[in-house]
Amino acid sequence: MSSNIYDMVLLRLGSEITIKGKNRARFEKVLADQVRRALRPFSDAVVKRTYGRLYVELNGHPYEDIANALRDVFGLVSFSPVKRADVDLESIQETALAVFQANKQRKDTFKVTVKRGWKQFPHDSLEMNHLVASHVLRATPELKVDIRNPQVDLRVDIQQGGAYIYCDVEKGAGGFPYGENGKGLLLLSGGIDSPVAGWLGMRKGLKLEAVHFHSYPFTSEQAKEKVITLAKRLLHYTDGKFKLHLVPFTDIQTSFAQSGQERLIITLMRRAMLRITEKIAVRESATAIVTGDSLGQVASQTLGSMNVIGKVASLPILRPLVMMDKVDIIQLSERIGTYETSILPYEDCCTLFVPKSPATNPNLEIVEATEAGIDNLEAMIEEAVKNTVTVVLRPEEAAKPARESEEDRWF
Amino acid sequence: MLYFDHCASTPPHEDVIQTIAEVMRIHYANPSSIHQAGADAGNLIERARGLVAKLFRTKPEEWIFTSGGTESNNLAILGAARQYAGRGKHLITTMIEHASVYETFQQLEREGFTVTYLPVDEFGSVSAEAVEAALTDETILVSIMHVNNEVGSVQPIADIGRLLADRPKTLFHIDAVQSIGKLPIDIAGWGIDLLSGSAHKVRGPKGVGILYMKSGLKLHPIVYGGEQERSMRPGTSNTPSIVASAKAFRIAIEEAEARCSQWRMLRSRLIGHLDGIQELVLNGSAETDSAPHIVHFSYPGMKPEVIVHALEQRGFVVSTKSACSSKDDKPSRVIQAISDDSRRAASGIRISFGSEHTEQHIDQLAQAVRDTVAELKPLERRN
Repeated sequence: MSSNIYDMVLLRLGSEITIKGKNRARFEKVLADQVRRALRPFSDAVVKRTYGRLYVELNGHPYEDIANALRDVFGLVSFSPVKRADVDLESIQETALAVFQANKQRKDTFKVTVKRGWKQFPHDSLEMNHLVASHVLRATPELKVDIRNPQVDLRVDIQQGGAYIYCDVEKGAGGFPYGENGKGLLLLSGGIDSPVAGWLGMRKGLKLEAVHFHSYPFTSEQAKEKVITLAKRLLHYTDGKFKLHLVPFTDIQTSFAQSGQERLIITLMRRAMLRITEKIAVRESATAIVTGDSLGQVASQTLGSMNVIGKVASLPILRPLVMMDKVDIIQLSERIGTYETSILPYEDCCTLFVPKSPATNPNLEIVEATEAGIDNLEAMIEEAVKNTVTVVLRPEEAAKPARESEEDRWF
Repeated sequence: MLYFDHCASTPPHEDVIQTIAEVMRIHYANPSSIHQAGADAGNLIERARGLVAKLFRTKPEEWIFTSGGTESNNLAILGAARQYAGRGKHLITTMIEHASVYETFQQLEREGFTVTYLPVDEFGSVSAEAVEAALTDETILVSIMHVNNEVGSVQPIADIGRLLADRPKTLFHIDAVQSIGKLPIDIAGWGIDLLSGSAHKVRGPKGVGILYMKSGLKLHPIVYGGEQERSMRPGTSNTPSIVASAKAFRIAIEEAEARCSQWRMLRSRLIGHLDGIQELVLNGSAETDSAPHIVHFSYPGMKPEVIVHALEQRGFVVSTKSACSSKDDKPSRVIQAISDDSRRAASGIRISFGSEHTEQHIDQLAQAVRDTVAELKPLERRN
């Protein structure tokens, strides 16, 4: 395929715009490490800094495969497949034409931007712009040059050891390198929203761990398996380790169900979940809680509910989806690869004991009074934290849970 | 007895048989049940799906398991045509497709679709130019087999895929039943939307087909009654055979490259032998542009069943045409399309081999063919 013509990929970092000084150097180093991690399956690919830029040398790997891996690296704003040419006019012209023709987008207009980093090269950049553009025009006469607003910008970067030529610019995931902005705990339910919220948090540089509440036997083993599958997918976006805290919630949930305040049960549950999550956060040195709340989506996500529920936590509650529409959330979940799992039909504890008409504007005083009426609530919360099982997911384990090893011979 | 009918079906791999027996004994629960036993069986099927996806560098959710190549072809073609009929009603295929494709298109003609059946050249290959010429704004599906099941001709899938690359409305289906495990397949690179395969052609069990459908595609189901395989193919999933099929595909694809050079050598050796028998005409190409494991020839003037039975008496199993249509005694539609010669089309013999065969087997087979021709020569029909 034509994409195999490339030698390297030029990476662009968000830091070039937003971060300066010492932080920038660290940012770049972290990003280079993340790119190396993402490209580990491609044994010959090499990540390098050349002429002040971050490059991946393909060394024979198809560009498309590398690009697929790069699209998931946070902190990468965009990247371009690059072909190297020898530093002579003819070779630069031919390579520029090949790169231009390999670009699959519709192009009626273009321009050439030559940068002459190596000043000994005999033609200056203005001259080179014309020499390269006229060569491309000879091969594609229907094409027009448009300096102001070209569909394609064909770039030639002339250095002493080689000329680097590219014109495709692919959008990266953006954001910050994973873990650069502190640690947060994600409330992971099993639905469509929470994994997307977690991904958006990670994209903004949060190191993430997840908390899941289960109410066996009211929820099934499959519901738990499903959450583990989601967590394994999120693991893909981490630095190689993802902690999942599985909290037993049956006792608390059944006591709420018997509290006589049917319409408030979701409010009570969410508050208990936040309390437990905050205690785990302190234990894990996390300083934020991430949820999949989207304003007005369900009863617990009205402004009134968010207010009463959020009161119990002192850590900031980050709600990346709060202003997003469901269709956009679904689109993101498809992109990050959690949608197919999220729509599996196993009930999780958020949908258990849900009343026909839950309170959309719960009264804080009644909620607090109800909680006070459950005499061992604080003890149950402590108990839940104590009995939380923490699973540490790593890539090897993601591919191979313990019992599968004996099944290996069947595959 | 030497078995030379791998295109019809293959001897199952010993590990495949063992896997089926073990999984069948342990994981008998319904893989769609919600209890743990069901979930365990379901997980095995998902692992099989993941393995198949990995072999073709695709995503697990892009594959569904069916009952075989025929069902995969039917579901791909009927499903896509009926689902996207609103976009257009023109379909393109070739004159040399397997019956499970060819007759499915005939059914769609009865449902009001227009079908172009492309001709092939003397070696049994369709040209990308012919596909291009047949395309209209109404074309919603192009279905082309990768390797022809009678003569082994290889179709220019990559070229056709390139042609369809900027036509998002036109889906591209490949019947890869005879090519998986024989030739490399590049689903993403060739722009394939739908691809059918069958496990028993690669030493797996009968009763399992695979169907690739690119993310985002929908197929109108042809069977109703459950949510298995994303409701596109309801019915209790066949856990043991699906697991064993994934294994068979893995072995076939991993070993394909090494096997392929062995087969090519055997093929050219056999063609060399048959070349010396003047009564016989080779169908398809003698060169390496053909599938590595198929040799097809005609004995004009001789009923092919007679040759099959005569060779069988000498201990060699070969076949006439596709097993799916070998019981009717009409001339082969495929050889007719290639040669436009009804005597050749009515006298075809297919030899297809597998990894158990050696040069010595090929020499023995060639000698048997030579003896059979000599024996039958006085009985030739002249018209």
